[in-house]
Amino acid sequence: MINRNPQLDENGVLQHLLTTEGLPAAILLHILDTAESFVGVTERDVKKIPLLRGKSIFNLFFEPSTRTRTTFEIAAKRLSADVINLNIAVSAQSKGETLLDTVNNLSAMNADMFVVRHSQSGAAHLIAKHVQSDIHVINAGDGSHAHPTQALLDMFTIRRYKHNFRNLRVAIIGDILHSRVARSQIHALTTLGVPEVRVIAPKTLLPKMVERLGVHVYHDMAKGLKGIDVLMMLRLQNERMKGANLPSAEEYFKYYGLTPEKLALARSDAIVMHPGPMNRGVEIDSAVADGRQSVILPQVTFGIAVRMAVMSILAGNQA
Amino acid sequence: MKLPDAELVFQNLAKEILSADNKLFALVGIHTGGVWLAERLHHEMAGALPLGTLDVSFYRDDFDKIGLHAQVERSKIPFEVEGAHILLVDDVLHTGRTIRAAINELFDYGRPASISLAALVDRGGRELPIAAQYTGVELAIPADKMLELQRDKSGRLNLVLYDKSSAE
Amino acid sequence: MKIHIKNGRLIDPKNGVDAVQDLFVAKGKIVAIGHPPNEFQASRVIDAQSLIVCPGLVDLSVRLREPGLEYRATLESEMSAAVAGGVTSIACPPDTDPPLDEPGLVEMLKHRAKNLNQAHVYPIGALTQGLKGERLTEMAELYDAGCVVFGQPDGLLPNLRVLMQAMRYASTFDFSVWLRPQEISLTGDGVAHDGEVATRLGLLTVPICAETIAISNIILLTKEIGVKVHLCRVSSAEGLAMIRAAKQQGLPITCDVTVNHLHLSDMDIGFFDSNCHLMPPLRSSSDREALRQGLMDGTVDAICSDHAPVDEDAKLLPFAQSEIGATGVELLLPLTLKWGAEMRLSLSKAVAKMTSEPARILGINAGHLSIGSSADICIFDPDHYWKVTPMAILSQGKNTPFMGMELPGRVRYTLVNGHIVYEQ
Repeated sequence: MINRNPQLDENGVLQHLLTTEGLPAAILLHILDTAESFVGVTERDVKKIPLLRGKSIFNLFFEPSTRTRTTFEIAAKRLSADVINLNIAVSAQSKGETLLDTVNNLSAMNADMFVVRHSQSGAAHLIAKHVQSDIHVINAGDGSHAHPTQALLDMFTIRRYKHNFRNLRVAIIGDILHSRVARSQIHALTTLGVPEVRVIAPKTLLPKMVERLGVHVYHDMAKGLKGIDVLMMLRLQNERMKGANLPSAEEYFKYYGLTPEKLALARSDAIVMHPGPMNRGVEIDSAVADGRQSVILPQVTFGIAVRMAVMSILAGNQA
Repeated sequence: MKLPDAELVFQNLAKEILSADNKLFALVGIHTGGVWLAERLHHEMAGALPLGTLDVSFYRDDFDKIGLHAQVERSKIPFEVEGAHILLVDDVLHTGRTIRAAINELFDYGRPASISLAALVDRGGRELPIAAQYTGVELAIPADKMLELQRDKSGRLNLVLYDKSSAE
Repeated sequence: MKIHIKNGRLIDPKNGVDAVQDLFVAKGKIVAIGHPPNEFQASRVIDAQSLIVCPGLVDLSVRLREPGLEYRATLESEMSAAVAGGVTSIACPPDTDPPLDEPGLVEMLKHRAKNLNQAHVYPIGALTQGLKGERLTEMAELYDAGCVVFGQPDGLLPNLRVLMQAMRYASTFDFSVWLRPQEISLTGDGVAHDGEVATRLGLLTVPICAETIAISNIILLTKEIGVKVHLCRVSSAEGLAMIRAAKQQGLPITCDVTVNHLHLSDMDIGFFDSNCHLMPPLRSSSDREALRQGLMDGTVDAICSDHAPVDEDAKLLPFAQSEIGATGVELLLPLTLKWGAEMRLSLSKAVAKMTSEPARILGINAGHLSIGSSADICIFDPDHYWKVTPMAILSQGKNTPFMGMELPGRVRYTLVNGHIVYEQ
């Protein structure tokens, strides 16, 4: 049974943002272009515009993440939407209410949009499939599956500094296996026409057949970083540092941590990105994180404009 | 319906603005037609303040109906709005809603000393209490028609009329 | 009750019959084929013109959810579903709550099932107490209570020492041991095949070696002990190749596959379709191809439904949190017919995989239409396509990846012990 991409309606119009996979380049570029205009707004004294006045946006965080929630909250507020934050990890779910019960209850409160973060892959898809047709769902991270707004802000950052995607070599470095960010980045990069995407990691942090996603696999930083224009670092979760995935944070840093010496192997004008929060001294050295090639802070700024763009495009696409 | 030559209308409008009292206007064109006109005016008003452009998409009141489909241009106001005398420039003045959106957006940059409006064509049909200080021509256009300013490759301006139903 | 089934095409793989012949039933038995016995006065005549008359189906894995899990399904609902699917004998796994590890529980289940007067129920006894993989159950007692074989269901293989002892003990009484090959330490919290789909969707995986390592261990233990072993729900090409080699060595090993794995692959998970959350996981299309071929060449002995009704709420969850399993006892016939047609097999060959072959594995006298045998009969229309809908399915579980599909083969009559228990 072939299912239509659940993010698009029958006319190919974006209704939910669940993953970057399967979205046409035109939609990704429309989001990036719209975000450019919002960067203009965020540079003004009055950073607020009335576009989503009267709309209710619910931040449904089944997995705590102050940082991501805050960026969505700022984006929504700058669009003049009403924002309701729900930290469901500690409320309804502990009382045995199911995910869809929670969602149905909130739909009844006249929500216009759900921003969903959940520890399980596929949670945002499930919600999008079962909400009323006039509610839009934005995936703010589901398990190891997808984190599309992070990937889009990364694409925005790359375009800002490298101007187009056509002649780039991009390396994604670190825990690909567990990373929803990496998956969304890979789909976005390949869709936007980046000719060479590499992943660099030890074999215990790579999923099976990852090359089928259109990437080249490297296990050695010296080889993998050669000729690279963009380095996308991934966060290494604490619980992966010791045990069956990796022997220690120290060994990981020695072989895969991004130091100035390793960065020197890439092109001299390469930029360094990280989705945050960083583990300094584990996946990235402070000298690189704060160095001249780092664009990590601009990423955060652009993240707000990109989320504003996604919210306003979705809100304007009535089902 | 025969439409006047946009180039001639523009000459009238420019003359009217240039012969007006000697306020030092800051010009702000509204995308897209208003920007073309503002660029020309700016050229003729040598010594004026830098030219501003507005895309009012984020301030429109029909967002719920039409969404955010078209390419949104970035608004650029390269001068201090606070205390400025601003001349908004648009191609066709109709319901007044676009001007309302533009005024709101300008106020998010600061508090201007004054805002005036120049429109190439006033086609009537106002839904808000808005009037242009400078008008190229007044035309009575039926409500089911769209009047649009177009620019050809050589830069020449033309007014075009078509049915609303075919505008989609 | 005397029943005359006329004009039907009799397919009885065990007896090599495939011909249009009348069949006569009296006192619960098949009394004649072709010509009626002397002075046979039918109280009911079934016109089976253009229908197939075959032995009632034998399904090697049907969860009735009793005792303990009645919120998912009840004996009544699932027994009705079974006969609606033409299934007259069912083996039910011991993964109930509590597990079938005590004679009293088994007797109760047998008793409840018997009172319903529908399909024959053959409980699979738990191999270890509480299925915990530590202490052996009272297998001989359980046998007397009605368990025909002994097993550890889904993924609960005991450690090798306990497994070896359990196999040895079972072999004392010549009991078969049914195991689903899965090395639990390699499975972990995995929910999907270790391939491209799981990589894309970010799902934890069950590698193929979780199956092959277990198969390898079981084969070596079988060789050591000489016990009859049935490997349930084989899912991989590699695992199948090992079983093929073991069979060629003459080891007493049999195996089955599910209708789901015969038709689906991990690609069918699509966008996290929890109806495809199955165990073992749906594997790659080349694995599926190997299973389809393995059935043809006899490496795979039988097809089962692996029927697992799940209530709707338990499937309306993110993929990994959703309940495992698919309802299927009513789809065994259509999906086996579909496989047979796609492989261009004779109907008789396809029918054998759900009648005589599973009966042989279960060690019961069923799955054939011999004169004098119990009249367990399935009469179906092979050319009738029907759409799988929640309404069309009698099972309380409506969870199947095949929902909405049109499938061939509709059961018209099901007879158990000479009684018509289902007709449509």
